[in-house]
Amino acid sequence: MEHIRMPKVENVRLLDRLSSRRAVVGTLYLTATHVIFVENGSETRKETWVLHSQISSIEKQATTATGCPLLIRCKNFQVIQLVIPQERDCHDVYISLIRLARPVKYEELYCFSFNPKLDKEEREQGWKLVDLNEEYHRMGVPNNYWQISDVNRDYGVCDSYPTEVYVPKSATAHIIVGSSKFRSRRRFPALSYYCKGNNASICRSSQPLSGFSARCLEDEQMLQAIRKANPGSDFIYVVDTRPKLNAMANRAAGKGYENEDNYSNIKFQFIGIENIHVMRNSLQKMLEVCELKSPSMSDFLWGLENSGWLKHIKAIMDAGIFIAKAVAEEGVSVLVHCSDGWDRTAQVCSVASLLLDPYYRTMKGFMVLIEKDWVSFGHKFNHRYGNLDGDPKEISPVIDQFIECVWQLMEQFPCAFEFNERFLIHIQHHIYSCQFGNFLCNSQKERRELKIKERTYSLWAHLWKNRADYLNPLFRPDHSQSQGTLHPQIAPCNFLYKFWSGMYNRFEKGLHPRQSVTDYLMAVKEETQQLEEELEVLQERLANLQKSQSGNNKVKSKQQDRSKQFGLYTSNNSLANTPQEYSNDLKSFPSRSPSQGDEDSALILTQDNLKSSDPDLSANSDQESGVEDLSCRSPSGGGCLPSEDSGKDSDEAVFLAG
Amino acid sequence: MEFAELIKTPRADNVVLHRPFHLAVEGTLCLTGHHLIFSSRRQDNAEELWLLHSNIDSIDKRFVGSLGTIVIKCKDLRIIQLDIPGMEECLNIASSIEALSTLDSVTLMYPFFYRPMFEVLEDGWSSFLLEQEFELLSSVTNEWRLSCVNKEFSVCPSYPPVVIVPKSVDDDALRKVALFRHGGRFPVLSYYHKKNGMAMLRSSQPLTGTNGRRCKEDEKLVNATLRSGRRGFVIDTRPLTVAQQARAKGGGFEQEVHYPQWRRIHKYIERFNILQESFIKLVEACNDQSHNMDRWLSKLEASNWLTHIKELLTAACLAAQCIDREGASVLVHGSEGTDSTLQVTSLAQIILDPRCRTIRGFEALIVREWLQAGHPFQQRCAQSAYSNSKQKWEAPVFLLFLECVWQIHRQFPCSFEFNEQFLIMLFEHAYASQFGTFLGNNENERAKLKLPQKTMSLWSWVNRPEELSRFQNPLYEANSLVIWPSVAPQSLQLWEGVFLRWNRPSRFLEEAEEERINIIKYNKELQARVNALRRRLAELEAEDEDEEVQEEEEEEEP
Repeated sequence: MEHIRMPKVENVRLLDRLSSRRAVVGTLYLTATHVIFVENGSETRKETWVLHSQISSIEKQATTATGCPLLIRCKNFQVIQLVIPQERDCHDVYISLIRLARPVKYEELYCFSFNPKLDKEEREQGWKLVDLNEEYHRMGVPNNYWQISDVNRDYGVCDSYPTEVYVPKSATAHIIVGSSKFRSRRRFPALSYYCKGNNASICRSSQPLSGFSARCLEDEQMLQAIRKANPGSDFIYVVDTRPKLNAMANRAAGKGYENEDNYSNIKFQFIGIENIHVMRNSLQKMLEVCELKSPSMSDFLWGLENSGWLKHIKAIMDAGIFIAKAVAEEGVSVLVHCSDGWDRTAQVCSVASLLLDPYYRTMKGFMVLIEKDWVSFGHKFNHRYGNLDGDPKEISPVIDQFIECVWQLMEQFPCAFEFNERFLIHIQHHIYSCQFGNFLCNSQKERRELKIKERTYSLWAHLWKNRADYLNPLFRPDHSQSQGTLHPQIAPCNFLYKFWSGMYNRFEKGLHPRQSVTDYLMAVKEETQQLEEELEVLQERLANLQKSQSGNNKVKSKQQDRSKQFGLYTSNNSLANTPQEYSNDLKSFPSRSPSQGDEDSALILTQDNLKSSDPDLSANSDQESGVEDLSCRSPSGGGCLPSEDSGKDSDEAVFLAG
Repeated sequence: MEFAELIKTPRADNVVLHRPFHLAVEGTLCLTGHHLIFSSRRQDNAEELWLLHSNIDSIDKRFVGSLGTIVIKCKDLRIIQLDIPGMEECLNIASSIEALSTLDSVTLMYPFFYRPMFEVLEDGWSSFLLEQEFELLSSVTNEWRLSCVNKEFSVCPSYPPVVIVPKSVDDDALRKVALFRHGGRFPVLSYYHKKNGMAMLRSSQPLTGTNGRRCKEDEKLVNATLRSGRRGFVIDTRPLTVAQQARAKGGGFEQEVHYPQWRRIHKYIERFNILQESFIKLVEACNDQSHNMDRWLSKLEASNWLTHIKELLTAACLAAQCIDREGASVLVHGSEGTDSTLQVTSLAQIILDPRCRTIRGFEALIVREWLQAGHPFQQRCAQSAYSNSKQKWEAPVFLLFLECVWQIHRQFPCSFEFNEQFLIMLFEHAYASQFGTFLGNNENERAKLKLPQKTMSLWSWVNRPEELSRFQNPLYEANSLVIWPSVAPQSLQLWEGVFLRWNRPSRFLEEAEEERINIIKYNKELQARVNALRRRLAELEAEDEDEEVQEEEEEEEP
């Protein structure tokens, strides 16, 4: 709290980016964890909540006649434009937020104060939901070829690896340690995915310290061991996910890539995915396009192309497709690395796993996948997503790109995934929110030291509890798309990769389809389930009645009429649907202003069976901008705001009341 | 003329058919007067491909030794390749296809020969009469009348025999107004907004010329649609400079001095060869085999197709906004009033009028605002994106309209009774069809060709329950409100169903659609069963209670 210079500012205007006419006046509050804007307006008092950890930049713009504009850009792609009447207030808010948005120690993060009112046991259960031991067993290891190694039990060999890693049985501790010394950050080759059907595997590591000519016998033995663990194949692929030029440049620094001559039976392959700096700039450029005020089609398409974003997404997908094909069709094991083996390698291994194994396309499996390829193998969440104040050059949307790859696949295979787009968006949100402990720190070692599991809650349990919200209605476990390996088209299908407005323009509700097919179908399915239950009850009653009548026996079973519960198609959740600014010509016209008629335009979505608490469709959609967003989406549980709220209520309620 | 004269080789064996995403198939190729038929007799995979000659946009042939290859590009954008053994056969077949696909007489077209294999339940030629439309209108207002001034097509050759005009304007005045409007297209009612009584009119440009000619009757006609003290909007689909230049050629625009109650807005909508070129470029980009993402995006951008979509949607939204939000009447025109004008008026109705989002209502809209309104289908849809003919009257005006409907559909997926397939079907039939509906350029020509007598109407076929079921949107829930689409670039997408239809893997998308249909179907079945059971139970319980009451009465008696 000591960083808050200005807890409350009144008469602040919140601008609508799409329409200058739609500005609302309200009060701005700064709390220890959130920025909150409460609209003036008597009835609705719409609220916009933004977590400090979501703030990526704050910009104070030149003061105008109406006040001092403050632009807040968030990591979940929300952009908030405020106008604060007094320059001094604006400055105080600005200075406070600069500090609040850049915490210096983990303890300042929201997850340490967030309390969803679960008891200790529930918290522990939550952390147990995703269990990697179980996952490796599911994959089929340990077995004759693979075993768990404890060389890293005290993080003695590699501090960014987990304590438990699977390695080929023939790889002795001596080989592993030797190999680790020949790899950047000592990230030695370890198992990422094992294909039970044909023994082929995906292993991951960092680049070898080969320089121009260095060799390492143990490292060569390590790769040999990986090959031997797949008796059906006489070679392995070594995939370097970097552009060749980058890999070659690394040689000068004593790093580099495998020389085919030194390793027996490897096929070496470059797959050019650019580094984190290129990706950061690419996203930046694409977001600039998203932020354009009223872009022409050419501005947009040109900007999208110029950002290179979709090209990068496709490069990651292509790498994943290559590996999945090697494993599934050729039955060849693959070793994947980039430089340190924690960014591109994580992306590519997880895309390949997702393509290969239908389990990862279920909700639970997807959580496991992120836990396996990202969390446990030391993807540097803290650095990449800027949770603590740090080097801005370390920040890069690495996992965002993976999440987008999944979305692109969902677009191509609409029935293949158990979860829907919202699930992906909420995971992205929470990678940045620091509301849950899952993604804190840079490695398992740091998380254990911080005692994350004792002090914070798990996101996976939270998502699992609300899983009804995240289901893809088109998913059926028995559907052909849910079986076996997915085979996305490779070339010449560039057009399959599309701009994801649901993510990057997530908060511009006006840009999205105004009716959600997913929500509609989910509601229908929910109703179907109720109908099935009712059908059973009715059949039973009928049977009883017929029996009793025939036996002239009276059973008065006045059950409540379930039909009343089927309010699905009559609820009047409405969505204000108003015209955009289609023309400037209308402004000067002396008749009434077009905004006057807004009230009568409330579009009643007749199929709004949709959960009454779903902020996507409720009139006060702004409320959703903060965390509530996620909490509001309780599954069928009508309208209650669960968990999180209680957490933030505790001290902030005072501000709101005052 | 006998078609047989054009068919030198009616049949070739051992022909191999290549299509994207399909394995090559060997079979027999036959040519008839109107069709190219390919049939494979392989036991495991027998299939037939029937292609209308009129669907063929261009044909290329090349030879490797004596093996000839014909590449056929269709107006529905499909590309197929046929390998034909024998140079002579191949040459003959290619020249026959070329001749048969470019017949110059309308009466030789397939619709004049097509005999339906189905029973006609309702004659589509009389399904959508303006008289019916007027009846509906009369039930809400008496400010309009049906005029037969154009009975003989003498006042305006591109208008239908009957039109709806303000009641206060008589036929003599209409004749005068027709002389003041390009091609005689005087302002007529396009749409009446029941909610507030505002009207949308359409016409062609006024013939003001350089000396600012005026026509009192024209002014009276358009003013008759205004409420006292209110203004109206003229939406001119040309930029101001083009409208000004038009004066030199005798055309022009409504000048404020003479139309003081009207405010003019120029919303430029691209037309003719610019659209056609854009169409060609887009299709080229979609067929581009290069592996490069940048190239795809820059080609998509360079085609400008989505820009045209955005501009057209914006203009339509503006027209709808003027009517619904400003409470003003609107007059829409460009130059001739047969292309961009109709795009704007019909799209505005999709936005404003829930009826136009039903199957029947959408069909009525197409008949009213495109066919009867005189959109020259035969000229505009003569060729598609692969043709080299580059005639200046060819333009994908109707396709652009259909795509805009699809864009709105995508944003409001539950508000339309029809599905994407319905729109694609209309696109196909506008370019090549066994039905006579889209032949001719206006009602006048259709009457001369005696199309209603000699050909079958598309609507006779579509509106049969068997066919309709393919075009129904399972998610449809009537939505009585105005639907305002977003026209931001992020909200507009390439219409893959048309442009990538033949070169994307579609199996998974089709499976998804099937799944959607099944979910809804199962729900409806359950609903019906539950309702039936409830009724049955209620009956039984009523009987039960009757007995009970009787018994209770009996008990009370003593």
